[in-house]
Amino acid sequence: MPSKTFAGRFTSLEKIADFIAQAAQKAGFDSKSAYAIQLAVDEACSNIIEHGYAERENGKICCNYEVLENGLKIVIQDWGKSFNPNEVPKPNFEVALEDLKPRGAGLYFMKEIMDEVNFEFDNKDGNLLTMIKRK
Amino acid sequence: MEITTKQYKRCDLVKAVGRIDSNTAPELEKKFNEILDNGSSGVAFDMAEVDFISSRGLWVLLETQKTCKKNKGKLVLVNVSENMQQALDLAGVKHFIDIYDDLTEAIGSF
Repeated sequence: MPSKTFAGRFTSLEKIADFIAQAAQKAGFDSKSAYAIQLAVDEACSNIIEHGYAERENGKICCNYEVLENGLKIVIQDWGKSFNPNEVPKPNFEVALEDLKPRGAGLYFMKEIMDEVNFEFDNKDGNLLTMIKRK
Repeated sequence: MEITTKQYKRCDLVKAVGRIDSNTAPELEKKFNEILDNGSSGVAFDMAEVDFISSRGLWVLLETQKTCKKNKGKLVLVNVSENMQQALDLAGVKHFIDIYDDLTEAIGSF
């Protein structure tokens, strides 16, 4: 499983996107799907940096991927603060402009784009996010 | 990300090149705020050379639109690629911000 570890900072997001773009290309996704996969991973990593590490400078994000017969599996590991994904509200975009709130948009995007989004939290191994996109 | 601006009679044109993610969105937000603080309430944002936008970037656009509307103006988007369109669709952005394919048409809408 190809793996790469990045500093848990917003400046790593572009490098993470490049790594995931390679993965999507190896898995044979078209440009539109590859873009969507990069978006899901960017949202996941942005949440880890902003909330998990609370923008602390010494956090790490480990990205792994596996090309599947019919898609791509991405595993993202971090050691920041865990959270309960069921407690993150689903954003409501069907409101008046002035009532729009950003909370939960990242997780919503991940779930909309990927076919499987699964979180595991472990005190020893850290937080594992597994996402699968099928063709 | 590189950001350039150009003043027209009825709006300001903002053009960004590169990615709009959690790292770069604050830079774009600052630029929009500078324009709005200078009394302008009409902004056209040219996305022809934006190659990525995350939810953080979309939020900057929606917050900018909120301020423009409060001041009886608007933000419009122009040259949105198909890839970018899918991010915009996820958040239903088109319900809040008009999108144009042509720069002249976008500027003419003010």
